[in-house]
Amino acid sequence: MTKNKILLQGIYDVLPLLLPVIPFGIIFGVIGVELGFGPYVTFASSFIIFAGSSQIVFIQLLSAGASSLVTITSVGIVNSRHLLYGAVFAQYLDKLKWGWKILLSYLLTDQAFAVSNKYFKKNHKQKYFYYHLLGSGITLWVSWQLSTLLGIVLGSIVPDELGLSFTIPLTFIGLLVGEFRKWDHVLVMMVSGCIAMFAFNMPFKAYIIVAALSGLFVAYLINRKNGKK
Amino acid sequence: MIWVKMIIAGVVTFLTRFLLINLIKKDSLSERTKIVLSYVPSAVFPAIIFPAIFLSSNGTIILDHNAKIIGAIAAVIVGYFSRNVVTTIILGLLIYWAYIFLIV
Repeated sequence: MTKNKILLQGIYDVLPLLLPVIPFGIIFGVIGVELGFGPYVTFASSFIIFAGSSQIVFIQLLSAGASSLVTITSVGIVNSRHLLYGAVFAQYLDKLKWGWKILLSYLLTDQAFAVSNKYFKKNHKQKYFYYHLLGSGITLWVSWQLSTLLGIVLGSIVPDELGLSFTIPLTFIGLLVGEFRKWDHVLVMMVSGCIAMFAFNMPFKAYIIVAALSGLFVAYLINRKNGKK
Repeated sequence: MIWVKMIIAGVVTFLTRFLLINLIKKDSLSERTKIVLSYVPSAVFPAIIFPAIFLSSNGTIILDHNAKIIGAIAAVIVGYFSRNVVTTIILGLLIYWAYIFLIV
């Protein structure tokens, strides 16, 4: 496959996942302005930080008067799940040049990880496989910038009644359907989900990484046992 | 100064994405580590899914009249049988809306 075809495949694969990204971006733009950060700061955070949930954490903590240390630590902990995505992708992107690693790292979001991880698993022997991540990442980047801008300029144009915040967990459920028939994966999901709920009120929003590491620990235990057979 | 804080937050975020991509060498991972890493989506995404469905923003659990639970169960069933991302998202949203607008 040519570079362009793989790039287009990345764009195509990520399109259904824009369903929550666009309303979320609009909501972020609205919140940023409402909390008094002004259009420039709000918009800049979308391309300087470029990670929706941690941008919300960033502006909410600052507007509540939290210290810089608490704010930045929280952003780091909320985003620490990307370390796990990086560990997975290191297996594929190891040989790329620095410039590519920097660009693709900047574009590595949850949704880009999910779709490109599926593609990489099957197609990493293709020469230009990493263009898939470029395609999915840029698509998400452009959508996030434009939707933030829409929220800043037009205000809350998405009616609350539509309940579109549900599309965030919904798309993540969609991303896991390939694993629903594997008992070991289902067990890891249940452990992670339950721990996330119990740990929800932990400081610095640490519940995501705590739950994720617990899930991986269960995965380790399952496979250690299987290895002994 | 807000810009300084934002740039630091941006650098920290970038590092969470870049550090392991750059530090881990393909050959340095054992087979077992690669197997455990293949569970990353199953370990991370439920930590986002479960609280978003069952908890309110202050962390109390909501079980009564929670359309998100209905929508999520519908999505899981559709996903189990279809194994298709798009079908799961679209039907999940339609069933969720049907519940909100027609039943509640």
